[in-house]
Amino acid sequence: MNAIGSRSRVEGREKVTGEARYAVEHPVPGAAYAWVVQSTVAKGEITAFDTADAEALPGVLTVLTPDNAPELAPVSDGELAVLQGRKVSYRGQIVAAVVAETLETAREAARLVRVTYAARRHDVRLTPDHPGRYTPDEAEDGPWQARQGDPEDAFRAAPVRIDCTFTTPAEHNNPMEPHATLAAWDGDALTVHDSNQGPSTVRSTLAKVFELDPARVRVISPHIGGGFGSKGTPRPNVVLAAMAARAVGRPVKLAFTRRQMYALTGYRSPTVQRVRLGAAEDGRLTTIIHESFEQSSTVREFAEESTTPTRVMYRAPNRRTAYHLTRLDVPSTSWMRAPGDAPGMFALESAMDELAVVLGLDPIELRVRNEPDGHPEDGRPFSSRNLVACLREGAARFGWSDRDPTPGVRRVGRRLVGTGVAAATYPVLRSPAQATARANADGSYTVRIAAIDLGTGARTALGLIAAETLKADPAQVTVEIGDSDLPRAGLAGGSAGTAGWGTAVVRACEALLSKLNGHVPPEGVEAAADTTEEVKGQGDEYARHSFGAHFAEVEVDVDTGEIRVPRMLGVFATGRIVNAKAARSQFLGGMIMGLGMALMEESVLDEAFGDHLTADLAQYHIPANADVRDLDAVWLDEHDPHVNPMGTKGIGEIGIVGAAAAITNAVHHATGVRFRTLPLTPPRVLPEL
Amino acid sequence: MDGVDTSITLTVNGREHRLRIDVRSSLLDVLREDLGLTGSKKGCDQGQCGACTVLLDGRRANACLALAVAQDGAEVTTVEGLADGDALSPLQRAFIERDAFQCGYCTPGQLCSATGMLEEAARGWPSAVTGDLTADPDLDETEIRERMSGNLCRCGAYEGIVAAVKEARA
Repeated sequence: MNAIGSRSRVEGREKVTGEARYAVEHPVPGAAYAWVVQSTVAKGEITAFDTADAEALPGVLTVLTPDNAPELAPVSDGELAVLQGRKVSYRGQIVAAVVAETLETAREAARLVRVTYAARRHDVRLTPDHPGRYTPDEAEDGPWQARQGDPEDAFRAAPVRIDCTFTTPAEHNNPMEPHATLAAWDGDALTVHDSNQGPSTVRSTLAKVFELDPARVRVISPHIGGGFGSKGTPRPNVVLAAMAARAVGRPVKLAFTRRQMYALTGYRSPTVQRVRLGAAEDGRLTTIIHESFEQSSTVREFAEESTTPTRVMYRAPNRRTAYHLTRLDVPSTSWMRAPGDAPGMFALESAMDELAVVLGLDPIELRVRNEPDGHPEDGRPFSSRNLVACLREGAARFGWSDRDPTPGVRRVGRRLVGTGVAAATYPVLRSPAQATARANADGSYTVRIAAIDLGTGARTALGLIAAETLKADPAQVTVEIGDSDLPRAGLAGGSAGTAGWGTAVVRACEALLSKLNGHVPPEGVEAAADTTEEVKGQGDEYARHSFGAHFAEVEVDVDTGEIRVPRMLGVFATGRIVNAKAARSQFLGGMIMGLGMALMEESVLDEAFGDHLTADLAQYHIPANADVRDLDAVWLDEHDPHVNPMGTKGIGEIGIVGAAAAITNAVHHATGVRFRTLPLTPPRVLPEL
Repeated sequence: MDGVDTSITLTVNGREHRLRIDVRSSLLDVLREDLGLTGSKKGCDQGQCGACTVLLDGRRANACLALAVAQDGAEVTTVEGLADGDALSPLQRAFIERDAFQCGYCTPGQLCSATGMLEEAARGWPSAVTGDLTADPDLDETEIRERMSGNLCRCGAYEGIVAAVKEARA
C-alpha cells in the first residue's frame, strides 16, 4: 500500500533492550520519592490533618498538605491547583503528599496521614434530565448546537422513523506507563522528566503555575509509555513533583499508581445519547437529530462533544445536534482517544444499522444513498471524502456481497454468528510548530522539533518526511524530539501531531535546501521554520475530514453470552500515509481499543462513595492478546492537496471510531437482539438470548 | 531504614549482587531503584499487566509480586540480560522487525514472557487451550495468544507480538 516509506522504528533497539528511559527512570543521584494521599469523600471540607505519625517515620522528609503547601499561580485547569485549599471536589482528589527517602517509606507514611472531613452529600449520577444540566457556551470545535430546517417536524412526518437511546460508560485511557514525573530544581530553574503528550505545553504550564520565566523550565520526555489523550494536558503529577522537589531541596520522583490513575488522570465521560432518524421509504434521510448528555467534574469543564461527528456524516435537509453537560462531584473527565467521535459514532452508526434493518436495505447501500455532495450543513466541498470507496473496498475484501441480512439465523454449535459494518470519521487538524533542519559536513542531516513519541513512531515518521523533502536517505536524517528546549511544537493529540510537526519539518527542510549550494562547511548549515502563519492562515473553504469503514464478524455463545470477534477489517481514507509499518500498527491499535469499547471496557461508578470501583486492570478489562484474532487494516491511496504539504490526514484516532458499532451491529445480525448499552458483557448479553 | 532492612544476594543477568534491602521492597523496586535496571516496567504494581515480567530462576514471574527478601539467592534475568552483548536475541530482533510494540512500555515484559514461554512450550507444558495434554504442544497462533495473554499491551501490538514469537521460534 502506498506510503512515503515503511521503516522499523528508529528507537526499536532501545525499546527491546530496556535502554529506553521513561520519566522517573532517568538516573538522578539523591532523588527522593513522593506518594499522594487521596480524599476518601467525594465532596466536603477537610477539617483536620494529623501528620504526626507520618512525620515521625524515619526517612520521611516532609508531608505536604494545603496548610503548608506553597501558593501556586492559578491556571484555567483546576486540576493543577494541587493542595491549594481544603475543599474536596471528588473522591480520590489529592489532599496531601509524603516525600521520603525511599518509595517504601513514602508509601507507608502516606498510609499514616490521617485526614478528617466534613463530608457533604455528593451527586455523581448522570441522568439526561438532571436539574443541573446545561449546554456549554463554547466548545472546542464549534457551537454546541447546530440546527437546520425543522428537524422535529420532519421527524414526525417521516414515513420511516428510528428513535433510540444509547448508553456508553465511563472509560479510562489506561496507558501502560502511569503518569509520572521526576522533578529537580537548580536555583529557580526547573527540570522535569515527565510523561506527557507535549513538552512545550508542559513547559508553559509549569512556568505559569510556578511563575517562572519559561526559559528556566525544561521538560525532557524522550519516551512516553502511551497516553491516548490522558497525557495531553499536564496532570497534577507534574505540578506536585515540582512542588515537592522545591520543598525538600532535592530531586523528587512521583509516579501515580495504576489505582490512583482512575481518579487523577482523566477518563471518557459516560454518555446517554438519543438519536432520531427520519427517512423516506427509499432510505434517504429527511432528518437527523442527535443529542448527547455527558458529565464534567466541578473542577474542570470538559465536554465529550459526542454529537460532533454527526454533523459531517450524512445528507439530510433537517438536522439538529446538541450536547449537554452536567457538573457532578466526580473525577475530571478529559480526552480519551477520539473524544466525542468514538461514543458519538457508536450511537449514530448503530442507529443507521437499525434503520437499514427496518427498511430491509443493505447497510452499506443505506450509507451510500445518504452520501452528501459537500458538507451536510453548509455545502462546502470536502478536501477529499472517500467514505463510499472505503465501504466498497471493505465489502469486497470482507466478502460482504453474499451476506444474508436475516438476523439470528446462523448457528454453529453453541455460537450465533453475524457480521456488521459501520462508518468512521475524524477531523483533520493541525497545530503551528517551529523546527530546524541542519546539514552536517559529513552529509547527514539533523532535524529538531519539540514533538513527542507516545508510541506513534514520531521520530521515524518525521525522519521519513524530512528525507523526502531533502531527497536524502532516511538513514542520513537524525530527528531530535521530546525536549522543550527544542523548537516549540504542539501536542501529540487530535491526530494532529504528524500534520503539524511534519509541516514545520518540511518548511525547515525546504529553507535548508534553498541555503545549500553544494558545499557544507565544517560547522554545517542550519535553517529554521515557523508555521504559525501558514497554519493559522489556512482557510475553511474546504471541510477536512478522514473517513473509514469497519467490518466485524462476531460469535455469540448462547450458553455464556460471551462474544468473540474472529475477524475485523478496517479500511481508511486518511490522505497520504507516512510510515506504512507504523501506520498499520496504529490503525490496528485503535480498532483493538474499539473492540474493548464494544465488549469489555467500563468504569463502574460507586454511587455510595462517588468514585470508580473498577480501579485496576483486573476489573477494568482491556483487550488481551487472546481477545484479538484475525485483524486487518488497509488504506486507500488518497491524495489530498488541501490539508498540508505532506497530504496526510492523521491516523491516531480514526481506528477506534465506529469500530464498536461494527461489532454491536454484527451482534444484532448474529442474535437478532439490539444492545444499546455498552459494553456487551456476558451479564448484559446472556439474559437477552 | 527503621530496622526493617536486611541483606540478600541476587544474581541478575549473570552478575552477583550483595544487597542491603528494605524487607518491604518488591523485586521490581530493587531492580529499578537499587540496581538501576529500569528495563523492567511498573505498569500496575499488582500483578495484572505483566510489564514487570522477569525470568526468576528461569521461569517467568511478575517482579512486582515477588518480595525481594524472599528471593535471596535467586537468579534473575531482566530485559537487559536478553541480548548477548551487542547481539540481540532472535525475539528482540523479531519484535523490531514485526513492529511488535508502539510505546514500548510493555515490551520488556513481553520479551521476558515470550522467552520464558518458549522454554515452557519446549518442555511440553500445556496451556488452557492445549487439546491433547500428553502431546508436545503445537505452538500455533492460538497457543501463542493464550500463553502471552498475561502481558497487556494498550497500544494493541498483539498481532506483531504473535508474529514475532512465531518468527523467533522458527
